[in-house]
Amino acid sequence: MSIAQESIIKKPIKKRFKRTPYLLVLPGIGWLFLFFLFPLSTLLATSLQKPAGLSPDDGYLPAFKVSNYTDALAEYYPQFFRAFLYSGIASVVCLLLAYPIAYYMAFRARKYRNLMLVLIVAPFFASFLLRTNAWKTILSGDGLVVSVLNSFNLLPQERILNTSLAVIAGLVYNFLPFMILPLYTSLEKIDPRLIEAAGDLYSPPSQRFWKVVWPLSLPGVISGTLLTFIPASGDYINAELLGSIKDKMIGNVIQSQFIDLRDYPTASALSFTFMAVILVMIYLYIRKAGTDDLV
Amino acid sequence: MASNRPKVEDLHLVNLTKSFGDFKAVDNLTLTIPAGSFFALLGPSGCGKTTTLRMVAGLEEPTSGQIKLGQDDITNLPPYKRWVNTVFQSYALFPHLTIYENVAFGLRRQKAKDIDNQVKAMLELVELTTQAQKKPQQLSGGQQQRVAVARALINEPDVLLLDEPLGALDLKLRRQMQLELKRIQTEVGITFVHVTHDQEEAMTMADTIAVMNEGKIEQMGSPIQIYEHPKTAFVANFLGQTNLFEGTVAGIEGDELAVKVKDVTLYVPLSSTEIRSGRIVFGVRPEKVKIVDQGKTGLPKNQISGSIKLTAFVGVSTQYEVITNWGQEISAFEQNIDPSAVSLGWEPRHSFVLDPDQDLTAGLDTSWDE
Repeated sequence: MSIAQESIIKKPIKKRFKRTPYLLVLPGIGWLFLFFLFPLSTLLATSLQKPAGLSPDDGYLPAFKVSNYTDALAEYYPQFFRAFLYSGIASVVCLLLAYPIAYYMAFRARKYRNLMLVLIVAPFFASFLLRTNAWKTILSGDGLVVSVLNSFNLLPQERILNTSLAVIAGLVYNFLPFMILPLYTSLEKIDPRLIEAAGDLYSPPSQRFWKVVWPLSLPGVISGTLLTFIPASGDYINAELLGSIKDKMIGNVIQSQFIDLRDYPTASALSFTFMAVILVMIYLYIRKAGTDDLV
Repeated sequence: MASNRPKVEDLHLVNLTKSFGDFKAVDNLTLTIPAGSFFALLGPSGCGKTTTLRMVAGLEEPTSGQIKLGQDDITNLPPYKRWVNTVFQSYALFPHLTIYENVAFGLRRQKAKDIDNQVKAMLELVELTTQAQKKPQQLSGGQQQRVAVARALINEPDVLLLDEPLGALDLKLRRQMQLELKRIQTEVGITFVHVTHDQEEAMTMADTIAVMNEGKIEQMGSPIQIYEHPKTAFVANFLGQTNLFEGTVAGIEGDELAVKVKDVTLYVPLSSTEIRSGRIVFGVRPEKVKIVDQGKTGLPKNQISGSIKLTAFVGVSTQYEVITNWGQEISAFEQNIDPSAVSLGWEPRHSFVLDPDQDLTAGLDTSWDE
C-alpha cells in the first residue's frame, strides 16, 4: 500500500475516534440538564417565593424569602429527625439481616445461589405500593401475626399496625434486597483462600471474619447502607400506610405540603434542606468509612 | 513466642487416607519427614500431593489416619492451633493490608510481643524493607511470592508448607527463587514441605523427594538416588527422560549381568538387581548415552548401532532420536555430531533395573500437564 493511500484511510478514522466519546455523552448530559438541573433550579427558585394572596389559589410571586427555610425547619424538625431515625434503624436491621444471607450465597450456596438471587429479586415484579398494602393485612389486629404475638404477651401496645415498629419493619422489608445485592457482590469477590490463609495464620473463626471478610466486604456494606438509607429516609409510603399520625416522616410532610396544602415554597424548602442534609451525611459517612483505604 | 516452644519436630504421617466419594486422593500414606529437612512431594496433577499438604495444614480433614508432630497428634486440631504455616499457591496475600501488615498478621493474631522488630527483620531477610508500606497488588510476582514466604516464616512454624509456590513465576524468576528459598531454608532451619509437579524444581531445592502417583508414594530418596536409580517405570519416566530395554538374562560375567536384548548383549551391574535369570527390564538416561565412533578404543561396554531419525537442538546439548535396527527409538543427549549411521554406547553402571511386571509407559504423558 502506498503512503498516500495509507494517509487517506488513516486520517478519518483517527478524527472520528477522537470525537466519538463526546458525541456519546451528549444525550446523557442533555437529559440531565433538562430533567435534573433545570427542575432543581426551579425548585430552588420556588423555595424562596412568597404568597401572592391569602389562599394558595392566588399563586406565588418570585422573591428571596429565606424565612421559608427557617419557618419550615422550626415546624417540621421532628419529622426530619424521625425520617433519619427510622431509616437509620431500618438500614442497620437490613445490614444485620442481609449479611448472613449474602455470606451464605457467596460462600456456601453453590447450586442454590442463582435460585436465591431470583427469590431476592422476585418481589420487584409486584408493585411497591401493592406489597406495602399487603403488609396492612398481614399485620392487622385480627391477623395471625398479631394474635400469635399477643398470646405470648409480646406486644406492649397489643398491635403492630399504626406503630413505629410497623413503619420500620415495612422499610426493612422494602429495602432489604438493596442491601443484599451489593453485599453479595463484594463478598462473592473475596477469594476463599484468603479465609483459609487467615486460619492458617492463627485466626480463629471470629478473627477470620473481622480481620479479613469484614474489611474486604466494606465496599458492599457502604453501597448497601447508602442504597437503603437514602431512599428509606425519603420514603413516605410506609409511614402513610403502616404508621400512625405520630410516625410521619419528612416525606409525608413534603407530600402533603405539595399535594394537599399546595404550599409550594415550604415544600420546596423542605425538599432542598432534605437533599442538603443527605449530601452532607453521605459525605461524612464515606469519608469516615473510606479512611481504611478500601480495595 | 517460638522460644518457649520445644525444638522443631519430625512430621509423621501415619496411614493417612483421604477419599472424595469413591476416589481415594491419598491412599494409606505413611511417611516421616525429618525435622529441618527440605522435603519435596513430587507428582503429576491429581496425584494427591496437594491434598496431603492441605491435610497437614488442617485445611482438609483426613478420612482416616494420623498426622503427628513429634509426639503430638495434630490430626484433629483446627488450622489456627497448629504450628504449621502455608505458602499458598498464588500466595493468597490480604489485598486490604500493607506488606508490613500482611507479614505481621500471624504475630498479631497470637498477640506476640515485639512485633515491629520481628517484622522488620523478616522483611530484611526477604529483601522487601523498602516495600513495607505498599499493598500486595503494587508488587511484582516475585516480590509477592517473597511476602507469602515471609508471612508464613515469621511465625517460626515447626513445618512450612509450600504449595506449588513458584508456579506463577516465569522461568528465569523461578530459577532465582528456587535458590532463594533454599538459602532461606538453610538459614532458618525449619522443615520445608514443598509440593510441586516440576521435577527440576524438586531436584534443585529438596534434599529428600517423595514421588507420588495415584495417592501413593512410588519412591522416596535423595534427588540423585531417585534420578539415577528409579525403582519404577513411573519414577523413571516422570523424572526426566529415559530409555527402557526389555530383554532376557544370558548369564553372569564378573560383577555384571549379561542381558540379551534382541540381537545385542548389554550389561547391567549385578549390584543393581536381584534378578539372575529370565525377563528383565532396565533403563539408561539419555545424557548417559554417548554417540561413539566404533573404530576407536576405550569405548563404553554397552553398544547399540542405529541411525539418527531426529535431531533437536535444546541449548546445552542436542537431543538425538536414534532408531535401532529392531526399530526401538533411543534418546541421547550429545554435543553436535554429524553422521547419520551411528553407534550408541554407555557404561553398564549407568543402567538401572526395573521390575518387568509393570506398565512401562507409566508417567510418560503426565509430566507437563497441570
